[in-house]
Amino acid sequence: MTQFISSFTWKKVTENRLFFPLVALAFILLFDLIFEPGFFTITTREGNLHGSLVDILRNGSIVSLLAIGMTLVIATGGVDLSVGAVMAIAASVAALLMNPYVLAKELPPNLLQLINDPQFTYQPLWVVIPVTLIVAAVCGLWNGLLVAYGRIQPMVATLILMIAGRGIAQLITNGVRIQIFYEPYAYIGQGWIVLPFSLYIVAFVFVIAWMVTRRTAIGLFIESVGINFRSSFFSGINEKRIRLLAYTFCGLCAGIAGLVASSDIKTSDASNIGLTLELDAILAVVIGGTLMAGGRFSLLASIVGAIIIQATTTSMYAFGVPAFALQAIKAVVVILVILLYSEQVRGFVRKIAG
Amino acid sequence: MKGISKAFPGVQALENVDFELKTGEIHALIGENGAGKSTLIKVLTGVERPDAGTITLEAKEIQVKSPQHAQRLGISTVYQEINLCPNLTVAENILIGRQPFRFGSIDWKKLNTQAAQFLQRLGINIDVTQTLGSYSVAIQQMVAIARALEIASAKVLILDEPTSSLDTHETEQLFQVMRQLKHEGVGIIFITHFIAQVYEVADRITVLRNGKLVGTYDTAAVPRLELIAKMIGRNLAELDDMVKIKLEGSKHIKGDALLQAKALGLTGAIEPFDLELHAGEVVGLAGLLGSGRTEMAGLLFGIDKPDSGSVTVNGKPVKRYSPLGSIARGVALCPEDRKAEGIVDDLTVRENIVLAMQASRGWLKYLSMQQQYEIADRYIELLKIATPSPDQPVKNLSGGNQQKVILARWLATNPQVLILDEPTRGIDVGAKAEIQKLVLSLAEEGKACVFISSELEEVLRTSHRIVVLRDREKVNEFTGEVDEHTLMQAMAGSES
Repeated sequence: MTQFISSFTWKKVTENRLFFPLVALAFILLFDLIFEPGFFTITTREGNLHGSLVDILRNGSIVSLLAIGMTLVIATGGVDLSVGAVMAIAASVAALLMNPYVLAKELPPNLLQLINDPQFTYQPLWVVIPVTLIVAAVCGLWNGLLVAYGRIQPMVATLILMIAGRGIAQLITNGVRIQIFYEPYAYIGQGWIVLPFSLYIVAFVFVIAWMVTRRTAIGLFIESVGINFRSSFFSGINEKRIRLLAYTFCGLCAGIAGLVASSDIKTSDASNIGLTLELDAILAVVIGGTLMAGGRFSLLASIVGAIIIQATTTSMYAFGVPAFALQAIKAVVVILVILLYSEQVRGFVRKIAG
Repeated sequence: MKGISKAFPGVQALENVDFELKTGEIHALIGENGAGKSTLIKVLTGVERPDAGTITLEAKEIQVKSPQHAQRLGISTVYQEINLCPNLTVAENILIGRQPFRFGSIDWKKLNTQAAQFLQRLGINIDVTQTLGSYSVAIQQMVAIARALEIASAKVLILDEPTSSLDTHETEQLFQVMRQLKHEGVGIIFITHFIAQVYEVADRITVLRNGKLVGTYDTAAVPRLELIAKMIGRNLAELDDMVKIKLEGSKHIKGDALLQAKALGLTGAIEPFDLELHAGEVVGLAGLLGSGRTEMAGLLFGIDKPDSGSVTVNGKPVKRYSPLGSIARGVALCPEDRKAEGIVDDLTVRENIVLAMQASRGWLKYLSMQQQYEIADRYIELLKIATPSPDQPVKNLSGGNQQKVILARWLATNPQVLILDEPTRGIDVGAKAEIQKLVLSLAEEGKACVFISSELEEVLRTSHRIVVLRDREKVNEFTGEVDEHTLMQAMAGSES
């Protein structure tokens, strides 16, 4: 009888969506434990925590933000390739709002001095942040309109903005990389309250997204649309509006990620901000166990996925892998993680578990 | 196959079942939903491994490892849902994966002639260069059979519900093909719910019930009623009760129309028609496949927007033609295609049941888990849905039970008008009778029901009034008693 109970609970554990992502993460950390003494050391500086583990979370926050939005889009059976470009657009808009004078050909010397002042901003943050996020959400809305109402395949529809987005970002700043000296803005990506400030942003966005999807019927509708949009339509679900919502929210998340990224590097670098991050975001969602075909999703598992990707990168750096070889090693880790997901391997694990 | 057993979590799908197929015979495999027919076939075709038992082919014991392996052994299957590519040509569909080559590229001419020859062998003459999707379901079915034979040079051909979407003529065509193959020495396993068809083509019958073998009989030696009794394990006196219920129910039909359609039509789908539905009434829609039955249902429910005419529900004119609008008006539709338009297969039984109700409440008024379980449990009990728990993914349920889940989804929205498009397709006799009775009792409660079915007998048995459609047009309407012959004449047109 006791054996029955223990095997039953073990089965429950292995069937939990978080089980395999956490196993994968544990493997990576185990690797660090063996080969990198000191990897787990956490020191306190001015009351704030520092260390490799904190670094993983901090550097993973941008992909985590993207992964939250991407999870919902992928759950509807779509994909959003434009999140990296939307990050760049958001960074450009924010930078322009704070420092539009850069675009002027000649600046009076007094202004030149002013814009280098870390306390100067043209628009206050309570204008900068909402306007930037609205622009990002409109980008997402555009994707959603193409996919839901234009019936264009998601990959093609979002490819448009992926390519055009960086051009738009360059247009907004007239091709100039705007330096951002405004100190309060830098706090978004660099601030620290015991833990990095960006982690609180991730937590906040996650809680909002979780509440909206799991405390209302939105989550059920998204999964239903992702599994079978026709049945969902026949059941009275406005599947177009659900898709529109998912893409808009994804754009919004990309906007937040753009703020964090540009604040961290104190510039609007339209050609580099968020570059290829859409792929990391998709990967994080896949590692989190959400099928690319859509359907069941777990936001928390996607965040664990994002952390796995970042943990790999950080561990490799700590291990001394040169930057140019990093992508190749990352690919190997990804293959191993994805293998964990194959039914064969899972069946094998369950068999061993009895 | 000897002593086959197979258990799934929570269910013993097969228990010590023996099955024997001779060369050159058509062997019907029948039983209610969940009787174990599909599982037996899955074991035979290598989709599932048996927990116990042996399979012998031509006196050699075999272990079927995968569907591909089964094909190599000469066991081919044509499934209920046609799994071909509708956007490829007929010839490509038949020969895909083994196209003839010439100078390193596909020899299209040879491909097309070979494919045409195959179909001719089955007595079908069609243009094989057209896309498969441009042909009727019946032809697609034949193509699927041709492909199955071509791949395996099959010794054993399994046909899983091949006739469920065919009309009488098409079915006859299929039977000819089956008889032809029988003479060539192919053993055919024929799975069906149509008892009449079993008697038409099958040499022997094997009956399964609840995963157990009831017996194998010579078709000639077992009368119909006895066979049905063996399938469902009880007598059929209940069916006779239905006539009484129906007569009783017809007294409750109220005068004012619940739903009224005036000159409602959509170009290319259905010609403008008038239709009135009254509370307490079951209206049958009869017509051949493609006669516009489904289109009519779709317009009434708001799947498509009409381009002429109007609908009033409860005296109020309809402005918003959409499923959501219909739910708000108290109109529900159980769609024809259960897999594509009905169930959401990865969601649980509970989620499937509350889906339409939740959609009509909007996203903010989320039903609490407790409410969801209450609703699910109520309908699981009411409709006798066989599921281990409300948290079971609906794809694990048998066809009839999936149909009941969809029915539950709509009953939960408390509709006044319930449109049922082929609610009994592909489900067994016992469940059919249950659903028919349910429809009548719903009408008795004061709902108006529209009942669409390819089986005339069923339409006749359940409907108070029958609307006949032909070539996308409403051609006739019968009230009161009408016999099958008159109805068929109306469906076929005056010249026949």
